Amino acid sequence: MSGAPAVRRPYYRRMGRWWQRDPFFRRYMWREATALAVLAYALVLTLGIVCLALGEAAWQVWLAALRSPASLALHAALLAAMVLHTKTWFEIMPKTMPMIFVGERRLAATTITRCGWAAAAIATLALLALAAGWRP
Amino acid sequence: MPEPARAAARSITLEVLRYRPEIEAAPVWQSYVVPFSEDLSVLQALQHVKDELDGSLSFRWSCRMAICGSCGMMIDGRPRLACQTFLRELLPGPVRLEALAHWPIQRDLVIDASGFIAGLERIKPYLIPRQPRPLAAGEYRQSPHELELFEPYSACINCLLCYAACPQFGLDPGFTGPGLLALLHRYNADSRDGGRAQRMAAVNAEHGVWSCTAVGYCSEVCPKAVDPAHAVNQNKVNSAIDYLRHLLAPRGAPP
Amino acid sequence: MSSGTSPPARSHAPIFWLLFGAGGMLSALFGPALVFITGIAAPLGIVIPHDLLSYPRVLALSQHWAGKSLLFVIVALFAWHAAHRLLHSLHDLGLRIGPATRLLCYGSASLLTLVSAAGLLALGF
Ligand code: SF4
Ligand code: FES
Repeated sequence: MSGAPAVRRPYYRRMGRWWQRDPFFRRYMWREATALAVLAYALVLTLGIVCLALGEAAWQVWLAALRSPASLALHAALLAAMVLHTKTWFEIMPKTMPMIFVGERRLAATTITRCGWAAAAIATLALLALAAGWRP
Repeated sequence: MPEPARAAARSITLEVLRYRPEIEAAPVWQSYVVPFSEDLSVLQALQHVKDELDGSLSFRWSCRMAICGSCGMMIDGRPRLACQTFLRELLPGPVRLEALAHWPIQRDLVIDASGFIAGLERIKPYLIPRQPRPLAAGEYRQSPHELELFEPYSACINCLLCYAACPQFGLDPGFTGPGLLALLHRYNADSRDGGRAQRMAAVNAEHGVWSCTAVGYCSEVCPKAVDPAHAVNQNKVNSAIDYLRHLLAPRGAPP
Repeated sequence: MSSGTSPPARSHAPIFWLLFGAGGMLSALFGPALVFITGIAAPLGIVIPHDLLSYPRVLALSQHWAGKSLLFVIVALFAWHAAHRLLHSLHDLGLRIGPATRLLCYGSASLLTLVSAAGLLALGF
């Protein structure tokens, strides 16, 4: 060996805006941001419950607020975020569940995701039907 | 890449993040132009640089066939094995090469993986028999189903690509991380093993599975389809069960 | 990767993770429809009957034990799901998770849980 003696001085890189590094990370951050919508909707419902408990006049105020353009725009955004939440929740679900076997064969990740999406579609239709006045 | 352009590529530029602690305070980019051919891997391009252009460039390699796990690096921003990535996938270049993300850079493309080596000891990555078993008892027998429960996780080559894909490890180097947790699960999920109780403390810790937010990129970049994200997240279920059991039977009742 | 000889302390994350998971599942299944019904269809008077959110109907729903529990479970689990995910998001954005960030996230969820529970109990049976 020749030359200068080896220097060990490990260099630590910063994380900075790490989510901009890779499109995968950007999608992850959008997925996590859907929690803001879930929280906002929980808040909307809590306010509704409080208004309901305060009596009919307060309830009408809550309903009027829901009819405002600002609220409609907010709920359109919340709906988009909720749909993204549904999509991504079932996309990651195969990773969060133990291996499932049907007979000898292991259930494929895509099958689990599709079952989740199907369940969400059925739940959505059922809820809409119930709200529209249909009774089983 | 359209065919004519590919045929026309006679050379390709590598941009390498260099760090020589005795020369630079912080890493700097350096370009090398290497001859292009269809069957050249990134590792071979680096070897060309070292042999013909600049002998001071440092990088790790051994097997050249995606099995030793030593040539992992960031290739155009994504953690990949240099021996398994071909220049033809990266046309027209320049190809940006950087040491694996989230690890301290020792020199050039070489990382300091001593934290991983220390972690290996903690997770007891070996079969711990339920009870002593004499050789005369013969081999263990496993059904195909029992094999399937751990086989994917036994394919890990310790390449650390998954760590470079894990922002939680980047944000908090104390996190045990995908590779080690997958290896831990490989033994916990093995029907011959009885060491699960000894490994649960490492799983249950904040720096065990609970730093994971299921980003899932680790499983995308793994060159051996180990699916570390699945291993980690299955162990959230196991850890939650362990937690509730501990809550109900705090006096260390047998599991 | 921390080293040391004594085993690392057990995390209490399982409690919050179980709530996160339950709320995540509930909102993934019913969230879009709920937001659409209460936030878009009812105010615009489309798809669903006009009196769906009328005072007497919603009052009746919230005074029935089943309706009451349903509303409570939805609000509380949505809140705890969001709180846990947002806590990790703060960490993702580079903040250190400590008592302050925990209080902010889990505190908000506790607040929504308590207020909705109080409101629903005040509505009587
Ligand atoms: S789990 Fe995959 S990516 Fe991670 S160290 Fe093992 S082989 Fe490499
Ligand atoms: S040189 Fe062995 S994995 Fe690439």
